[in-house]
Parts: sequence; structure tokens; C-alpha cells
Amino acid sequence: MTLAPETTDLKVQLQLADSWFTACDLNLLTPGRGVAVLLPDGGQVAVFRDRTDRLYAIDNRDPFGGAAVLSRGLTGTHQGRPFVASPLLKQRFDLETGECLDDETVRVTTYEVRTA
Amino acid sequence: MTATPGATPTLVLVGHGMVGQRFLEALAERGLTATHRVVVLCEEPRPAYDRVALTSYFSGRTADELSLTDMEFIAAHGIELYVGDPAETIDRAARTVTARSGRAFAYDTLVLATGSYPFVPPVPHKDATGCFVYRTIDDLLAIEEYARSGATVGAVVGGGLLGLEAAGALKGLGLTSHIVEFAPRLMPVQVDEGGGAALLRTIEEMGLTVHTGVGTQEIVVDSEGAVTGMKLSDGSELATDMVVFSAGVRPRDQLARDCGLTVGERGGITVDEQCRTVADPHVFAIGECALAADGRVYGLVAPGYEQAETAAATIASDEAAFTGADLSTKLKLLGVDVASFGDAHGTAEDCLDVVYSDARSGLYKKLVIGRDGTLLGGVLVGDADAYGTLKAFTGSVPPVSPESLVLPAGASGGAQLGPSALPDEAVICSCHNVSKGTIRGAVTEHSCTTVPEVKKCTKAGTGCGSCVKVLGQLVTAELEASGVEVDKGLCGCFAQTREELYEIVLALRVNTYRDLLDRYGREGARGGDGCEVCKPAVASVIASLAPTIGASGYVLDGEQAALQDSNDHFLANLQKNGSYSVVPRIPGGEITPEGLITIGEIARDFGLYTKITGGQRIDMFGARVEQLPLIWMRLVDAGFESGHAYGKALRTVKSCVGSTWCRYGVQDSVRMAIDLELRYRGLRSPHKLKSAVSGCARECAEAQSKDFGVIATAAGWNLYVGGNGGATPRHADLLAQDLSDTELVRLIDRFLMFYIRTADRLERTSTWLERIPGGLDHVRDVVVEDSLGICEELESLMAAHVAGYADEWATTINNPDKLARFVSFVNAPDTPDPVVGFVPERDQMKPDLPLLSIGMRPAEDLLEGSAQR
Ligand code: SRM
Ligand SMILES: Cc1cc2nc3c(=O)[nH]c(=O)nc-3n(C[C@H](O)[C@H](O)[C@H](O)COP(=O)(O)OP(=O)(O)OC[C@H]3O[C@@H](n4cnc5c(N)ncnc54)[C@H](O)[C@@H]3O)c2cc1C
Ligand code: SF4
Ligand code: FES
Repeated sequence: MTLAPETTDLKVQLQLADSWFTACDLNLLTPGRGVAVLLPDGGQVAVFRDRTDRLYAIDNRDPFGGAAVLSRGLTGTHQGRPFVASPLLKQRFDLETGECLDDETVRVTTYEVRTA
Repeated sequence: MTATPGATPTLVLVGHGMVGQRFLEALAERGLTATHRVVVLCEEPRPAYDRVALTSYFSGRTADELSLTDMEFIAAHGIELYVGDPAETIDRAARTVTARSGRAFAYDTLVLATGSYPFVPPVPHKDATGCFVYRTIDDLLAIEEYARSGATVGAVVGGGLLGLEAAGALKGLGLTSHIVEFAPRLMPVQVDEGGGAALLRTIEEMGLTVHTGVGTQEIVVDSEGAVTGMKLSDGSELATDMVVFSAGVRPRDQLARDCGLTVGERGGITVDEQCRTVADPHVFAIGECALAADGRVYGLVAPGYEQAETAAATIASDEAAFTGADLSTKLKLLGVDVASFGDAHGTAEDCLDVVYSDARSGLYKKLVIGRDGTLLGGVLVGDADAYGTLKAFTGSVPPVSPESLVLPAGASGGAQLGPSALPDEAVICSCHNVSKGTIRGAVTEHSCTTVPEVKKCTKAGTGCGSCVKVLGQLVTAELEASGVEVDKGLCGCFAQTREELYEIVLALRVNTYRDLLDRYGREGARGGDGCEVCKPAVASVIASLAPTIGASGYVLDGEQAALQDSNDHFLANLQKNGSYSVVPRIPGGEITPEGLITIGEIARDFGLYTKITGGQRIDMFGARVEQLPLIWMRLVDAGFESGHAYGKALRTVKSCVGSTWCRYGVQDSVRMAIDLELRYRGLRSPHKLKSAVSGCARECAEAQSKDFGVIATAAGWNLYVGGNGGATPRHADLLAQDLSDTELVRLIDRFLMFYIRTADRLERTSTWLERIPGGLDHVRDVVVEDSLGICEELESLMAAHVAGYADEWATTINNPDKLARFVSFVNAPDTPDPVVGFVPERDQMKPDLPLLSIGMRPAEDLLEGSAQR
């Protein structure tokens, strides 16, 4: 695995079952957009950074279409809640709870995320 | 098996058509579904659907979309609906109904809503293969199947309302169509002689052949019993492959006759003003099967709905009566407006006709005026915009002279009556009998602020739909009168429209989204992250003004990268499995053999699926995100540029081969197409832009279906604007004629910049042109006559765009920072996304969809379904 050239101290970490997993450097995240992270078990997580530098992490899989693309969606705030809109068919997912705002029966997994 | 009536009384409805369904709704509204067991016997294989809109099946509405039945409503009210099971016998003494399946139901109240059947004149071979009627979805399916199996000519017997619809449908199926009408004019029931003549001209211009004043004497068949023609009463013979009978309808009263209910001389179950049969107080009849107390059988849906209400009210022991209804109708037949209302034929004593007729444009308007100036009725053909208002004025003296009401709006002396002049009692929606007062009340008392809300609250506009226009005018007028601010904001973040934001960005040189949101956003949205609606919309405004407002013209620069729609962010189109497609620009559709070979080699080397697009270029599908830069390096090397298939930007300028090769061509359409495509490439706009240039009037490039289309003339170019293919096709309008090259380009510059400035987000030029006040005339005033004095500015904005254009893929592959994002995983840039897989099909590859479902919830079969969402 190759790392981007300009590394700073701050790393983005995800809470997995038993430990914190280091995903990438914080400066690889553009405010307002996401990236996909590959987990050791082959799972995929979408990590987002908002304009105030807060981080969110949810499963990368779009539960409606099946493709792993949520990290490529547009983010925003709806009534104060941060969300991402899937690039496939535009359903919105709450970044804090993983709840689908257009269909309350659907929810994606969320992950604890921190910088260290 | 016969259920005995227990404590809850049983109500059986026979017939689940339009009126039957309305009756069920009326029962529910009155709480009768709670106090009764309700059983419905439905003969057709599907529950109630919109028969009035039947013909729209041929323009793409599906059987599902025609449905009027909400199964949740049926379930919520405990209604027992037996689909495909008609009632066969009624035993009035025992009060039971037996259905074809053998099910029997004891009833306390029986309601017959069996509708009508199409009347087929008793001519020889009327039942031959290839003979049809036009009443149900199943009839349509049969007609469609037969027409598709090799028929080329079709004839409709009957030139009334349904006959014309049927003939239009046959024409839509690609058949040469004839209409045979016994009466001397078309639509003899609804329109008078003058109206019939105006209608005839318009219908003939559409390529339908009309034979009036002749009857059908015999259907001619071949040895196999299939239709080959028909013999007419004037001795002539008409060759045809199929015949659709549409010679009127007759009430379906057989069931009633068999059980001894009284029926009229010419059919129809005789009922009183409460819609109760005169022979049996336990039995009601409503809709087209009923002979109403005024001695008429109504063949329209509005009176049927009123009868449904009356019957439901009577069953609930409320007072109600159906004493008659007016036969006003407004139809859009084959695209021609036809309306008649009130005493259309002028049967009242001493009445006068006021007529305006313009044969050339197929316009005919007649008002029938009483001696005291009262408006009694009228007929409108060709332009029925005033129908809603005029009908509501029927029975009163209109505030302006009748002459001015029939003159066209533009003509001197022509007046338009707005609905604001109507009294509160005026009925606006006759389907649901809703008055102007009720609609105003919905706005003022029930705080409805949109037409859909008012529709829901009052039911107005939910029947035939002919009143929706007036409804919209009333709602807006009422909102404005009560000082309610209508929220036209772009989204939850901005209270401004896209046009207002454009003006702010341009005038104040606001060149970042953040700045715009924090200064001009709605209160709660400032300081937030915006949303997926306004981010790309503002990004597009900034991009189209970039050189002028001092923003970067590169859409992935700085903050702009974060705003772009997902496709623009990766400069490619996302596919269902997470892979991307690549579309290089091929200006004008012209490409060298070397160019083709390069594309072929690249596609082969990366294993991409290739397809010729509908826009005269080549699409390569199945690129993984990390392959995009590699593919583009090779494309850029070979001289290709981004085709912006992912952006709300110029797509293609299609061309025909033009005067260089084609023996008809009068101008070099290929050169012009290339020039235009290179000029406007990369221009970000409210929605995508498409164009085409044809070398002569034969129009092989289909320019009239484009946002701006150019057609060569001997003297130069004609410019058409506002065309659209897609879901709502629209023919482009001619903006200017015989332009020189320079005049053409200047006019397109102005037109595009004016559109970009004033359109809403995701509004194609076609909808924009229909929406903006003044329409095409206004646009012509602005861009041709420079009525607003902004043409110089529009031109300089375009000049700045053209000067500042750079290929964004070339910029991207030369920028290592930007390239870093083209990876599947931030922490494993070399690892491809494992769910992006492919399987072979027809010598190429396609997405491996089952791979997407691994790990998904098994109960959900989302894969195939996702394509239709
Ligand atoms: C590739 C192509 C189909 C094909 O295989 O031929 C295509 C493919 C798509 N079309 Fe199209 N359209 C294609 C020609 C057309 C045409 C025909 C034409 O341009 O001559 C039309 C009708 C003409 C028109 O637009 O007026 C057309 C009307 C649409 C519409 C409906 C637009 C409307 O105003 O109703 C959409 C949806 C939209 O844009 O919102 C759409 C959207 C799409 C999208 C972008 C859907 C999506 O978001 O994934 C498809 C993505 C293509 C991709 O991934 O590369 N496509 N699409 C054609 C590409 C032409 C090109 O070279 O750029
Ligand atoms: C193509 C077309 C266009 C039209 N356009 C217009 C228009 O623009 N404006 C307008 O006002 N009207 C229009 N109409 C007329 C309108 O559709 C009818 O007035 C309306 O459908 C009448 O409703 P109904 O419930 O009485 O009859 P229907 O809708 O015909 O329903 C009767 C139902 O009862 C069923 N049935 C019959 N016998 C039995 C039985 N023994 N057991 C169980 N079920 C039975 C039938 O199968 C049918 O489904 C149009 C009709 C057609 C065909
Ligand atoms: S539009 Fe005219 S010039 Fe162009 S290919 Fe067709 S016939 Fe030839
Ligand atoms: S008049 Fe038919 S819906 Fe209003």
C-alpha cells in the first residue's frame, strides 16, 4: 500500500470490533466529500469530513443498488443533521445514525471515527 | 354457500369501473364502510382504472399508471374486492347475488354500476378476425397486438369522441387510418356544423382520412375470415386490415332485465332522483348503466360521480338528489382542443350565436347568448383555453361583450376573462362539483399553498383534469391576495430561485459556494454543509460565469471539487455496479479512421464494453475508477477531449452529412456542427444542452428535437430552439430564418446565455420556454430585438467562456494531486473494488450483478428492481 506524499501527523482511525484501525491521513479528505476505506476483512467504509472538520463513517455499500459507492455521494445538512445522498438513486442517509431518510426501514452500519 | 346477513348489513357493488370506485370512496367518506360489510364484484381482470385516459396507454402510460384503485384504501376499509368475477344472477326475492365463480352474497343493499358496452352495428361479418371495440384495457391490448402483427391500414366506424380517439391511437400505432361517420360531420353530439368543419380540417391535416355522411354496410373478409375491407353505403369499398367499432355505447342492463328491474325503452336501469331503482328500494343503479330521473343516460364520468355521491348519501340517510347534469366536455383529441358547454347547439328560444372562425388555423369559437345577454353555452375548437372560465360564467351575464370573448387574445378588441372575475358560486371543477368559493377556502382556511394540496383538500382537478389550469390561476391569485409568500426557493438552504442566485453571483462577484451560503442562505442553513440540490446548482452557476467573476474555470479546483455532482467529480458517468463510462468528444459526429482505431484499441486494452450512442459518438463502459486516468492519458494523447457526458453542459451537436456529399444538401452542415460544438463545449448550464445541424429541410440530423437546432436553407440557416426528445418530447420553435454564419452564432450565444441566466435548476430549454412569461415571443424580443438591452453582456459572457475553455481531462491528468482521488480505496490505491466485476455477453462484457447482492439482505431482490427505480 502506497501512501500519499505529504503526510501530516493526524490520522483518521475507525473503531473496529477490538481496536482502532488507521485508515488514512486526515489531509486526504476534502471537506464536503468522502473517501472509501478498505477494512482488513474486505469490508468497505465511507468516511466523510464536513466543513467544520467533523468526521463521519458509514458502510460504503448502497443498500438499494448493492454497489459500494456511498463514499462518492454529495453530503449536506438537513434540519441540522448531516447526510450523504447516494450517487446511484439519490436516497439520503443520516451520517450519524445510518438511517435512510427516504425509507425508515433501511439503515446502513455506522462506525466510530476519530483523529489521532 | 350463502352468507346470512348478520348484525352488520351487507352492501354489494356490481361493477368496479370509474363510478363504482368513486362510490366506494363516497361510502368511506361517510363512514359507511365501518358500518357495512362491502363486497365488490369486478368483471375485468384489473380493479378500477381511468377509462377516460385510456388512450394515453398508447402514449406510454402503463396499465398500472392508469389504475384508480389504491389497494391500501381497499384494505384499510375492509372492502372485499373480487377481481375477474362478474355477477351472473340476482335473486331479488331472496336478496342474493351469485357470481361466475359460484360465490353467492346475501345483500341488504345492492348497487349496480355496470357501465356500458360498445354498440356494434349488425353488419355482416362484424365479428370477423380483425374487428375490435374500444372500451377496456384488454381491448387496447388486443388492438395493439393485431396492429403489430402486420396490419398497415385501420378504419374506425364512428366519428364521435371515442372514434376520433381510436383513430388517433391507430395512427399512433403506425397505421394509415380512416374514420367512417354516418352523420354529415365529426363529433355530431358535441359540436355544431362550424365546429365540425374546423375539426375536420385539422384532423385531415394530420393525415387521417375522414369519410362523413356514409354508413358501413358490410365487413369484407378473406377465405380465412380476416378483415380485408368494408363496403360503404355510397357503393364504394375501403381496403383495411382492421376495423374498430366506435358507434356509440349502450347501457349494460341485462343483469337488471333478467331480475325484473324496470329498464327504459332504449335501455338503462330506471332510477329515481336518489338513484334508487323504481322497481326495488333495495337496489340502486349509478353511472352509465342508469336511466336517470330526468330521462337521460349519461355517458360522461362527471354525472356518474354525482350519482355515486347521491347514492352514498341516500344510503347514509342524508338528503341528496341527482336531477340532471350538464354535458360540458373539454377534450384534447389528437392534440386538438375541443370543448362544448351548456346549450351548445342553441336550442333555447330566441338565442343568438356569436361566432369567430379562422379556417386556416383551425379555430372555431361559438357562444350561445340569451336575449338578455346571458351566456347559455358554446363550442370551442382549436383553442379551448377559455373553457374553464366561460363554463363557469354559463347562466350569467359576462362582464365584457360576447364578441370580445371569442376574438383571439392578441386581436384588437379581444378580451381575456380571468377566473378572478368569477363569482364564488361558479363551479370550477364539474367532475367533483367544486365551486370557486371552496377553492379559495382551501387556500385561506385550510392553508393549502400548492395546487396538489388544493387538489387533495377539495378533490377539484382529480377527475378529467380539464379544470387544472383555472385551478392553478385561482390558487396563485388567492395566495398573492392573502399576502402569502409562495416559496419558490431552490431548496431548503436557499430561499432564492436559481435565477436570483445567478444574479447575485454575477452582480456581487460571489465566487465561492461557502460565501454564498453563509451570506445569502436561509437562516438555519448558513454555516452548514448545504445539500445535494444547491451544491451542484451553484457549482454550475459559478462554472458558467467563472472567467467573469474571477473563479477558476476548472471544475475540480479548490472548493468547486466538493460541490460537483458525483459524476462531475470523477469526470465520468457512474454505472449501476460502481464502474464508469467514458465518452470522448467527437465533434459533429465526424471521426477519422485513426480516431476509430485508437478508441477501439483503448477499449480492447482495458476490456471495455463499447456502444455507439444515440448522440453520434462512442461510449466505453465498465472502467474502474482507477483506470479512468490511464484511459484518458491515452485518449488525450491521441487528441481526444472530454465529451462532458457526465456534466450539465453541452453534449453533442449532431450533424447530417450535408452538402459535401449529399445530393440534397444546401449548406455544409458538418462544418457548422463542428464549429458549434467546439464553441460551446464545456459550457456549464442549468441542464444538459443538445444541438444538431441538418444540411437541408429533410432534417436527417433531427435538429428540431434539440435545445438549439440549425437547418440549412438556400440563403443560410434557420435557428430552432426549445426542442426536446426524452420523456416529454417537444418540437423546437423557429427563432429566426435565413441567418448568415455570423448571425447564427451571435444569436445562439445570446440565446444560451439568456437561458443559463434565467432557467431553473434541471430545466431544459423546452420547459424553460414554456414557463417563462411571454414564452418564445419574449425570448425573441430579448435575444433578437435586444428589448432588455442585455445582448452585449450576454455576448461578452459567452466570449469569455470560449476564450477560457480548457479540456478538463487534460488538466486533470497533468495534476498529480487531482489524480490521487481516482482510486477505489484511500488506504489501498492499488486494490480494485471487489464488487465491480464483469461477465461475458454477446462477445463483450457486462456488469456482474449477482456480485452486488453478496452480503445484501437476501429477502430483497433489489438488483433487477434497481434498474426501474
Ligand atoms: C449513452 C446514451 C444512450 C446510448 O447508448 O445511446 C445515453 C445514456 C444516458 N442518458 Fe441519455 N443517453 C444518450 C442519448 C440520449 C438522447 C438522444 C440524443 O441525444 O440524441 C436523449 C433524448 C434527447 C434529449 O435529451 O432531448 C436522451 C435523453 C436522456 C434523458 C431525458 C432528458 C429529458 O430532457 O427528458 C436523461 C435524464 C436526464 O438527463 O435527466 C438521460 C440520461 C442519461 C444517463 C446520463 C443516465 C445516467 O444518469 O446514468 C445515461 C448515462 C450514459 C453513460 O453512462 O455514459 N438521457 N439521451 C446516449 C449518449 C449520447 C451521447 O453521445 O452523449
Ligand atoms: C376511450 C374512452 C374515452 C373517454 N373519454 C371521456 C372523457 O373525456 N370525458 C368523460 O366524461 N367521459 C369519457 N369517457 C366515458 C367514461 O369512461 C365513462 O363515462 C365512465 O367510465 C363510466 O363509469 P361507469 O363506472 O359507469 O362505467 P365503467 O367505467 O365502464 O365501469 C363499469 C364496470 O362494470 C363492469 N361490469 C359490467 N357488468 C358487470 C357484472 N355483471 N359484474 C361485475 N362487473 C361488471 C365492467 O366490466 C366495467 O369494468 C370515455 C370512455 C372511453 C372508453
Ligand atoms: S438533411 Fe438534407 S443534406 Fe442532410 S443528409 Fe438529409 S437529405 Fe442530405
Ligand atoms: S372538471 Fe374534471 S377534474 Fe375538474
